Amino acid sequence: MAGLQIKDVFREARLFTSRSIAIGLIMLALVSVLLVRLYFLQVVEYERYSTLSTKNRISLVPIPPVRGLIFDRNGVPLAQNVPSSTLEIIPDHVEDMDALLNELGQLVQLSRSDIKLFRRNLKRNAGFKSIVLRSQLSDEEAGRFAVNSYRFKGVELSARLERHYPLRESGAHVMGYVGRISPRDLEKIDENQYRGINFLGKLGIESYYEDALRGSSGVKQVETNAHGRVVRTVSSTPSQPGKNLYLTIDSRLQAVAEKAMAGRRGAVVAIEPSSGEVLTFASTPTYDPNPFVLGIDSESYGLLRDSLDRPLLNRALRGRYAPGSTIKPFMGMAGIEFGRSPVNKVFCPGFYTLTKGGHRYRCWKHSGHGSMDMHDSIVQSCDVYFYDLARSLGIERIHDYLDEFGFGQKTGIDMHGESAALLPSREWKRGARDEPWYPGETVIAGIGQGYMLATPLQLASATSALANGGIRMRPHFLLAEQDPMDNQVIAANPREVMPIVSNSEVIPLIKDAMVDVTSGARGTARRIGAGSPYSIAAKTGTAQVIGIKQNEKYNEAEIDERHRDHALFIAYAPADNPRIAVAVIVENGGHGGSTAGPIARQVMDYYLLGKEPEA
Amino acid sequence: MSRRQPFSIDWVLLSGLLTLSIISLFLLYSAGDQDMDLLLRQSVRMGLAFAVMFFVASIKPEKLMRWTPWLYGIGLLLLILVLAAGVIGKGAQRWIDLGVIRFQPSEMMKLAVPMMVAWVMVKQPMPARLGTVILGFIVVLVPTVLIIKQPDLGTSLLIAGSGVVVIFLAGMSWRLIMVLAGLAAAAAPLGWYLLHDYQRQRIMTLIDPWSDPLGSGYHTIQSAIAVGSGGLYGKGWLNGSQSQLDFIPERSTDFIFAVFSEEFGFIGSVLLLLVYLFIVGRSLFIAMEAKETYTRLLCGSLAVTFAIYVFVNIGMVTGILPVVGVPLPLISYGGTSMVSLMAGFGILMSAHANRWFMH
Repeated sequence: MAGLQIKDVFREARLFTSRSIAIGLIMLALVSVLLVRLYFLQVVEYERYSTLSTKNRISLVPIPPVRGLIFDRNGVPLAQNVPSSTLEIIPDHVEDMDALLNELGQLVQLSRSDIKLFRRNLKRNAGFKSIVLRSQLSDEEAGRFAVNSYRFKGVELSARLERHYPLRESGAHVMGYVGRISPRDLEKIDENQYRGINFLGKLGIESYYEDALRGSSGVKQVETNAHGRVVRTVSSTPSQPGKNLYLTIDSRLQAVAEKAMAGRRGAVVAIEPSSGEVLTFASTPTYDPNPFVLGIDSESYGLLRDSLDRPLLNRALRGRYAPGSTIKPFMGMAGIEFGRSPVNKVFCPGFYTLTKGGHRYRCWKHSGHGSMDMHDSIVQSCDVYFYDLARSLGIERIHDYLDEFGFGQKTGIDMHGESAALLPSREWKRGARDEPWYPGETVIAGIGQGYMLATPLQLASATSALANGGIRMRPHFLLAEQDPMDNQVIAANPREVMPIVSNSEVIPLIKDAMVDVTSGARGTARRIGAGSPYSIAAKTGTAQVIGIKQNEKYNEAEIDERHRDHALFIAYAPADNPRIAVAVIVENGGHGGSTAGPIARQVMDYYLLGKEPEA
Repeated sequence: MSRRQPFSIDWVLLSGLLTLSIISLFLLYSAGDQDMDLLLRQSVRMGLAFAVMFFVASIKPEKLMRWTPWLYGIGLLLLILVLAAGVIGKGAQRWIDLGVIRFQPSEMMKLAVPMMVAWVMVKQPMPARLGTVILGFIVVLVPTVLIIKQPDLGTSLLIAGSGVVVIFLAGMSWRLIMVLAGLAAAAAPLGWYLLHDYQRQRIMTLIDPWSDPLGSGYHTIQSAIAVGSGGLYGKGWLNGSQSQLDFIPERSTDFIFAVFSEEFGFIGSVLLLLVYLFIVGRSLFIAMEAKETYTRLLCGSLAVTFAIYVFVNIGMVTGILPVVGVPLPLISYGGTSMVSLMAGFGILMSAHANRWFMH
């Protein structure tokens, strides 16, 4: 019994040992599998996993630069950056957008237009980019959201600097505005320069000087945890702020001009003749650019766009108007240049005909001026004299001469979208209309009618060249740039001299005539010059809006307001030492001397005398 | 005659276990966001587990053998009770609430099943005959099915494994093993249909975790990134970015090896595996030394089961096995599995104290 027992025990022990060895080998095999796997992950594939781990951990956060500020020539701020609490949503992180908006609506005020705008942006933008839902939250709203933020995945409260135009409507057509970068903008810009930047200049100075104002983005390497929270900053390259700009605009003068234009459509452009600095660049009606910064809602935009007064049109830059009689001083200069003696007289019977008994080109004074020389015909704005002068010059010489004053071409001002308007010629007409030039068209070109069109800016620039003794300076808005890093101010855009337009004898002659426009007994703007302590060289103009049939009388009272003539006025002062040249256009304003002239006078009075216009 | 020792301690095995405990505390400090409270709680559990081990070590193997059918019977009853009235935790019924502590009967079965199988096996001389083998399988199958019902497939498979190991050690014929293996392979497709959806998903995820990197593949991918980015030397203690920045889910419990591997690298991982191998080797050695066949079978099973835990957990973390809820023995945070494991080591120590060669 005992022997059997012992034998069993030994046999069982041997069996157990062999089985244990078998199982031990299996386990060693399994451990080898683990070792091979670990070797594969940690040694062979180390680089790959290390990269993945870094990607998990490190994200690059762009630091947007601070956009440059814009001031007027006296340091009055025109564009600022104001801090604003903003609610932004990253759509990819939101499961149920409707529910989210509903709940958010209970914490902060969300207007219908906020939500509409947000939904529009939602459709346009990539899901991983944050979209602004509301900005300029009140402290109370921001606080309420902050306390409840854990409930809103994908929603972030951020403090941003927002562009603000403190003067609102005033000067809006100069400033333009910044707006959110749209998909269409993305096709044009280098996205590397816009890391972390959501806005760009869309119009005006904001657009033209975008590169200077923008600055350059910095970048921050941050460590984030699995929930996307930033744990610490690893490294950072600071952003470079954009340049501050000082404009040539005098914002108070601008306000005076806009106030004088209140309720009227038109433009006032004032230039310092010796430098080409644009002092005032008013286009009325104007609009408030501030709502455009965050995206204007479609209703408000529709109102602006569809308004008959077209407030969004930059009339000073793009408005094309027949210059009317304001062209006469330039025509006179052309005449002298091409050999007409200024003392030569032309008899004005009240009309002019090319052939005997042919079409009658009327003088505005139907009874006729009688015998007129150049001086008198400028002072009294005799049309017949200039009909005759134009015909004797011919359209080609008119074109070539006015071209030197900048008519029919862009002035090259530092703003996008300028219109070249139109200085007609035979060549132009053949190209554009496929028609020959008719002699009658030359005749009416003599009084700035017909095809000839000019922008208020062109008129002001030409007047300013006249005031500057025939030397045309390129009109410009930029006075100086300031680097906010060292506060160094660099005067920008050195005054660029355009070609000399005339010999020196002709200028005083024309100036005398223009002075008599405001001071002569028969001057068309003698009311404008009345009581002025400085002498004003000016020319009135009236541009026809609708054609008047032969033998029909123009009756201002009977004609619909929008079909009335445009009133024009160009002037510079003081006549002997010009410091300001002005062009005023009042759409449907009637006669230039009575409507546009007083506006120019108010602008000059304020600029030269510091005199506030009477309320 | 053998004398009952006042302290039945195998210092060799104990040194291995203490090494793991120390590693565990350092690792939990890193994985648990340097939370001293968490460390304290785990230390208390460890103390409790070691106390259980010493207590079990003082019980003679003969006594254990006598208690075996009772333990197994009570375990079965509790499993049925759990199914009837258990507390639902994490979507499965696994717990019994005893008021003071909550208790998982399946943990008890981790010991009771191999004990019962060994108890059945030793009724007949080795190698085990077919009848005994069948009886052994029945003993394994009943609790396994009950635990699958909870449902807890991972634990049930590990428990079944611990029982089957006993049958294998008892000398089940190789021919029978081949036949069973063949049958199991043939039944595998059928098994696919018996799996829950989430279980199938886990297997699919294992094959291609990148098909759903933020969903079902997230655990596997992030832990592979942690392990892989650890490299040869590791990122250093407390410096694992995957671990410290919350990229590894369950990093104090089931995925703690990912933390270890990220911070201590390939070299650290090999050393840790060596510690485990040392413990398993020592345990197998103790089993071979054991006086009684019952003790031998039981100790062998405990050693192998311990090794399987390690393999399954590390296999899961390194992405060669599907995600199953198996902690890394003696290192993961948590108490329940530690107590049953340490009770097992208590049995081993008792066996060592009463070993064959002492006669």
